[in-house]
Amino acid sequence: MPIILKKLTQRNETYIFLVILVLSFLIEFRSGQFFTPNNIVDIASAMIVPGLFAIGTFMVIVSGGIDVSFPALASLSVYATTSTLFDAKYSGNMWLPIVMALAIGALLGAVNGILIAAFNLPPLIVTLGTSSIFRGFMLGVLGAKQMPVIPKGMSTFGTSSLFVAKNAQSGLTSRMPVAILALIFVLVIAYLILYRTMFGRGIYAIGGNETSAFRAGFNVRQIKFLLYVGVGIISSLAGLIRVCMMTQDHPTNMLGMEMMIIAGVVLGGTAITGGAGSLTGCMLGTALIVIVQNSLILLGVPTFWQGFFLGMLILIGTGVSASQVMRSSNMSKLRKTRRAL
Amino acid sequence: MKNNNSKGLSAILTRDVYLTRLITLMAIWMIFMAIFKFDSFYSIINYQTMAAQFPEYGLMALGIMLCMITGGIDLSVVGVANFASIVTGMLLKAMVDPSGELPLIGIPAAILGGLLVGAAAGALNGFLISKIRIPPILCTLGSYELFTGIAILFTKGKAISGFPAAYSATIAGKLFNIIPMQLVFFVIMAAILAFLLNRTTYGTKLYMLGTNMNAAKFSGLKTDRLLIKTYMLSGICAALGGVVMLANYNSARADYGTVYTLQCVLIVVLGGVSTVGGKGRISGVVLAICLLQMLSSGLNRFPQVSSFFIPLIWGGVLIIIMVLNHFTENKKIKSPKAIIKVLNGQKM
Repeated sequence: MPIILKKLTQRNETYIFLVILVLSFLIEFRSGQFFTPNNIVDIASAMIVPGLFAIGTFMVIVSGGIDVSFPALASLSVYATTSTLFDAKYSGNMWLPIVMALAIGALLGAVNGILIAAFNLPPLIVTLGTSSIFRGFMLGVLGAKQMPVIPKGMSTFGTSSLFVAKNAQSGLTSRMPVAILALIFVLVIAYLILYRTMFGRGIYAIGGNETSAFRAGFNVRQIKFLLYVGVGIISSLAGLIRVCMMTQDHPTNMLGMEMMIIAGVVLGGTAITGGAGSLTGCMLGTALIVIVQNSLILLGVPTFWQGFFLGMLILIGTGVSASQVMRSSNMSKLRKTRRAL
Repeated sequence: MKNNNSKGLSAILTRDVYLTRLITLMAIWMIFMAIFKFDSFYSIINYQTMAAQFPEYGLMALGIMLCMITGGIDLSVVGVANFASIVTGMLLKAMVDPSGELPLIGIPAAILGGLLVGAAAGALNGFLISKIRIPPILCTLGSYELFTGIAILFTKGKAISGFPAAYSATIAGKLFNIIPMQLVFFVIMAAILAFLLNRTTYGTKLYMLGTNMNAAKFSGLKTDRLLIKTYMLSGICAALGGVVMLANYNSARADYGTVYTLQCVLIVVLGGVSTVGGKGRISGVVLAICLLQMLSSGLNRFPQVSSFFIPLIWGGVLIIIMVLNHFTENKKIKSPKAIIKVLNGQKM
C-alpha cells in the first residue's frame, strides 16, 4: 500500500485530481449546486468537445510537436460537410455526415502532416500558417455564413439523449447526449493505440528523442504524418459533434479554442517538450478547465474573471510542472556526479 | 520604404537569401500593382495610410523577433498591447481636469504609464521563462490569457473611449503634415533595436544565447538576466504598439487585434528569423512588415477579392516561404551527421 501511495504522490495526475476535488467542494460549499445530478451531467456534456480536441492535441504534444490549427481545421471540414449536405437537402441519418467530415478532416490533417513530416518544418509555425489558410478558405472561398438550420439527421443526433438527470430540489433537468459515447469510443481507441501498439510507442519515442527513435528503427516520418492525419480526423469529429449539439453552425465560433485545449493538456502533466504524459492526466486537465469555465458562476464570481483565472491556472500549473522537471533533472545530475566521484 | 541600398545592394543580396527573396516578392507585387491599379496604389494618401497602419502590429512583431532570436517566442504581445492601451486610456481619462482640458504633461505621462505596464508584463514573462523554466510558448500563451483577463477586469469587458481629442490628434497626427506620427514611433523603436542588436554587446549576447544556451551559460553570460531584459523589451515594444492602437481606434478594448499574434509570427518568420533562435536580422523583419502591409493594402484595391482571402494568402505565403527555405537550407546539408543535427534542431 505505501508503495502505491508513494507512486501516486509522484504523479501529476494525483495533484490535478486533488485540485479538481478541492475546487468542486469549494463550489459545493458556496452554492450547494455542484454535486447535483444535473450539474454533473452538464459538466460531462460540456466535456465532450474539449475532451475530443484534447485527445488529439495530447497525442501531438507527446510526439514533441504542437497543433494550433485544429479549431480552424474542424470548422472548415464541418462547414464544408454541413453546407454541402444542406444544399443537397440531405435527410438521412448521421453516418454520411460523419464519414464526410472525417474524410475532409483526414485530408486537411494530411496537409499538416506532409509539411511537418516530409519537409521537417517546425510544427508551431506550420500549424499557425495552415490555421490561417483553413480559416481563409472557409470564409473566403466557401463564403461561410452562419447556418441557423442544419440537416435534420444531424440535429436529431445532437439533441438525442442517453438519459435525463433531474435535480430533485430545483426541478432542473439535464440531458446526457448520445455524443458522449463518441468521446468514450475515441478515448478507448486512443488508449489502445498509445499503449498497445508499436505506433503508439513510436509517438512517445519521437517525443523523447527524435534521433534516438530514428536509430531505434521507428519510421519517424510515417508516424508523424499519420499522427497529424489522426488529429485531423479526431478534431473534425469533435467539430461535427459540436455543431450537432448546437443544432446550428457558427463557422467562426470554434476558432480561438486552441489555447484553452493546449492549456488543459499541459495542466494534466503532459510535457510540452514531448515524450511524457498520460491520457488520464490529459482528461483531468481538460476537466479542470471545463469546470472553471462552467462553474465559476456557481461560486458567485462574475464571468469577466474567467480569463484572469484561466491565465493564472495555466501559469501556475505549467510553473509547478516545470519546476518539478527542473528538480528531477538536478537530482539525476547530482546522482551522476556522485557516481563519478 | 526602408531599404539597405546604402552600401552595395548586390553584396547584401548575395549574402542574405531571405532579404533577396523579400525584395523580389516586393518588387513583383509593386510591378503588379503598377500595372493594374497604378493611380490608387501609387498615391501619397495610400502610402500615408499604410504607414499609419503597420506600426500597430509592426511594433509587436519587433518584440517577437527579439524573443525568437533567443530561441523563444512571445505570444502574449497582443495581450500586453491591449493591457497597455487600456491603462494608457484610463490614465488619460483620469488626468483630464474638471474643465475638460488635458495638462501638457498628460500625453507623455499616460504613454509612459502604458510602457511601464508593458515592461512589467514583459518582466513577468522573462522571470517565468528564465527562473521557473516554463517553456516560452506555454508561458506566453498563459500570460496572454492572464493579461487579457486583467484587461477585462479593468474594463468589465466593455470598450473604453471618450478620451481627450488631443491624444488621438497627436499620436495619429502627421509630422510636418506629411509623415504619420505612428511611423515615427515605429522608426525610432526599430532604430533603437537595430542599434542594440548590431552595435552593442547585448545584441551579440542575444545571438549567442539563441545559438546555444548552454554554451552561452558556460562562457559566463548571465542568461537569466538577459532573457528577462529581452522579454521586457518585447513587452515595451508591444505596449508601444498598444499606444498606437489606442490612437488609431480612439478606444481600447481587451480583445482588439487578436489576429495580430499569428500575423506577427508570420512576419518574423518571413523576415528570415530562425524559429530555433540565433539567426535573424531586423532589416528582414522590417521588410517583411512592409511587404505584408503592401500586400493587404494592395488587395484592398480589388473590391472583388473579399477581405477574407487575406488570411488565406498570408498563410499560403508563410508556408511557401518555409518550404522554399527548407530547400535552400537542404542544399547545404550533405553529410548524414548534418541531417541529424537538423533533425535535432527542428524539434520544438
